[in-house]
Amino acid sequence: MAETIVPVSHEPPAEATHLRHHFATEEQQMDASTLGMWTFLITEVLFFGGMFAGYAVYRNLYPAAFASSSQYMNVVLGGTNTAVLICSSLTMALAVRAAQLSKQRDLILFLILTMIFGTIFLVIKGFEYHDKWVEGLVPGLHWGSYPEAPQFAHNAQILFFLYFCMTGMHALHMIIGLGLLSFLLIQAYRRVFHANYFAPVEMIGLYWHFVDIVWIFLFPLLYLIGHRR
Amino acid sequence: MATIAHGTPETVATEVNYLNVEHGWKSWLFTTDHKRIAVLYIISITLMFFVGGAMAVGFRVNLLEPQGIFSAETYNRLFSMHGIIMVFFFLVPSIPATLANFLIPIMIGAKDLAFPRVNLLSWYLYVAGAVLTMYAVFRGGVDTGWTFYVPYSSTYSNSYVLAAAFGVFTAGFSSILTGLNFIVTVHKMRAPGMTWSRLPLFVWSNYATGLIQVLGTPVLAITLLLLAFERIAHVGIFDPAIGGDPILFQHLFWFYSHPAVYIMILPGMGVISEIVSCFSHKRIFGYNFVAFSSMAIAVLSFVVWGHHLFITGQSVYTALAFSILSFLVAVPSAIKVFNWTATMHKGSVSFDTPMLYALGFIGLFTIGGLTGLYLATLAVDVATHGTYFVVAHFHYVMVGGMVMAYMGGLHYWWPKITGRMYSEAWSKFAALIIFVGFNLTFFPQFILGYMGMPRRYHAYPPEFQMLNVLSTAGASILGVGYIIPFVYMLWSLKYGPKAGKNPWGASGLEWKIPSPPTTYNFDDTPIITEEAYNYGPVEEVIG
Amino acid sequence: MSMHVPIPKVSTLVGVWAALIVLTGTTSAVSYVELGEWNIVVALLIAFMKASLVVWVFMAIRHSTTLTRLFCIAGLLWLGIMIVITFGDYSTRNWTYQAQPWSHTKAVGGSH
Ligand SMILES: [Cu+2]
Repeated sequence: MAETIVPVSHEPPAEATHLRHHFATEEQQMDASTLGMWTFLITEVLFFGGMFAGYAVYRNLYPAAFASSSQYMNVVLGGTNTAVLICSSLTMALAVRAAQLSKQRDLILFLILTMIFGTIFLVIKGFEYHDKWVEGLVPGLHWGSYPEAPQFAHNAQILFFLYFCMTGMHALHMIIGLGLLSFLLIQAYRRVFHANYFAPVEMIGLYWHFVDIVWIFLFPLLYLIGHRR
Repeated sequence: MATIAHGTPETVATEVNYLNVEHGWKSWLFTTDHKRIAVLYIISITLMFFVGGAMAVGFRVNLLEPQGIFSAETYNRLFSMHGIIMVFFFLVPSIPATLANFLIPIMIGAKDLAFPRVNLLSWYLYVAGAVLTMYAVFRGGVDTGWTFYVPYSSTYSNSYVLAAAFGVFTAGFSSILTGLNFIVTVHKMRAPGMTWSRLPLFVWSNYATGLIQVLGTPVLAITLLLLAFERIAHVGIFDPAIGGDPILFQHLFWFYSHPAVYIMILPGMGVISEIVSCFSHKRIFGYNFVAFSSMAIAVLSFVVWGHHLFITGQSVYTALAFSILSFLVAVPSAIKVFNWTATMHKGSVSFDTPMLYALGFIGLFTIGGLTGLYLATLAVDVATHGTYFVVAHFHYVMVGGMVMAYMGGLHYWWPKITGRMYSEAWSKFAALIIFVGFNLTFFPQFILGYMGMPRRYHAYPPEFQMLNVLSTAGASILGVGYIIPFVYMLWSLKYGPKAGKNPWGASGLEWKIPSPPTTYNFDDTPIITEEAYNYGPVEEVIG
Repeated sequence: MSMHVPIPKVSTLVGVWAALIVLTGTTSAVSYVELGEWNIVVALLIAFMKASLVVWVFMAIRHSTTLTRLFCIAGLLWLGIMIVITFGDYSTRNWTYQAQPWSHTKAVGGSH
């Protein structure tokens, strides 16, 4: 067993400026970050999953109360935001592509576009929150008499709490995403990324798409359920 | 030893190692070396262990008298803080963040974990969580029990629930990052030739633990967040007054916290596999079964959580399913116990201190596991769930199992971590004291539970006094048993004889490098050509 | 050493974007049609289709290793375990005991 340690030649790759000391090759480093990011996204799935489980339980318990909430949900704003996020996902994918092709100007352009779409989303969300506050639909803090369906005034609170909790957590992830994107933007201005080094763009891209996917489920569950009941 | 062109001078055969390569507090607080981070973790969890232990001293003293010595209020806070600190700040990080952090890269032939900076971040998150929780302790503590059940925690408790809950929330992220790091490391950092079937079982069990940490802990995070909203703003999600269901909290909480029991025991099983094989000087019996039983436990642990809800309003049909599924966990656990026993069979067993702990583990874990089957039985659980029977059961698993394994592992790898040997006589004596103290503390609690003494009360009928006094006496012996190793291990740091590369004659990569190892573990990436536990028929000890 | 990664075509990315927009329109439109219990089924099916498109193309799982795909599926599976079992509790809480031909006892309580 003493013979198991055999020296392997260790020549650092020529342009390995971003290879950290404990990896053998850039490929290994890239594989590790990709797997790490996907693992992180799994934790995010389960984090949001707790709220989705709560949604499933209460929607099953109080279907009528949940349906009654639909008249307070602004489908136009929700739909617009869905479209805005899908656009931001496209520009994010294009940004990753630009980095992979070493197209510096395209990368900067698409990162800025992604950030603009992200900001539009948050602004629209802010208007929606404001409307809810004015209408007294914020459980715990400002809950009115729920005039359109007073018989559900109790149970509908749970739905509105889930609405705020789920969209709020989603918005928080958007804000963190915008922070990460500005970090990428600064790096992109410094021409850090090129065809041989684009892992951060790709990783943050994965995160951004994940946040998009969460909204893809939130939109139908919160906005589209229970019309015309 | 020379490292490969990373700033360390190329001097040969001087004793530069990870401990003396740099000095000063900055070199520790900003380190990304997995071994130094492991040491930071050992110090922090030891501190928290003694804090949690102090709480236990408090309520064991209270239980000397049937009417209690302290107020009910104080008693509630003592046992709640004991549980919170021991579970989230000692047991969950105990082996993964310390021994596994130190050993996984070495065992698979890597220079570090995949994400060294994330590893450091996880320690800082742990410290932040511990500080928050200690803040809650100093403000007067929490009285909800470690489970934070609503509506106690949301509506009725006047204690520092939020600070403690956020402390646990933060420590949870530390645990997630550790698990994530292990998973990626085991997948991507293995040295050439280190195939999955050559991985030491300690790595397998910590890989399985990593999966649980990653898949379960986020649910704890969201559960505590929902609890915080409920407590701060009374949003009603768990409040029956507006249609919320407190049992939903329990579902989400136990979706994490049952698997968390395996976060606390699986790494211990990994330690025992290493120790039993080493001190039987024999290849582990049924390697594949032991490895896959870790994975089976990880998966099964996620479908049994409802056995904690047998006496709530959970549907009886779901309860029935959970009961049956809970029995299934016994299968992979028993496979491990049988394989350890079979490994010892016809081996040349030597009874060094780590082996004493391992033997203690096997016996006590078996008792803890079998009583777990009683509790998985729906009807029996209804009678015993709220009693000391449950307390005794999980302490046999957590303390008799995990703490024994942690102590065993610490004694086994101490020469590797510090480069020093501890006193053999004292360590054997302490192991014996701990074993006796433990059984004296917790065996009476099985009887108390069987007789119907409810848990979590500061007072009890006088006929239970005898057994309670025995239990408190045992606890004081146990306490002494934990202080002795603390002393002789500190002593060994300075005065202990130097340990060689391989004081136990063990197989495994970690025993082929110097004690303590150098910063990057290996001068050159090793190539692995043999399976783990290659103890030949003829004993071959490499000094 | 250069990294050999497949670079997506712009037309593919734009195509996926168009599909996502169309599906968003579809799910909004369908929600105005009364389908009873099927409304949520359709809405979730469309959401899964959209999510799959994002994961498959934008998140480039079509080019990734089996391991990454396995992790992705594991995440979904565990989410499923949590939701299905929790939901199972709530949907069976009100089941009542019905005497079956093979039962030894008759249902008690008189209410059924
Ligand atoms: Cu359990």
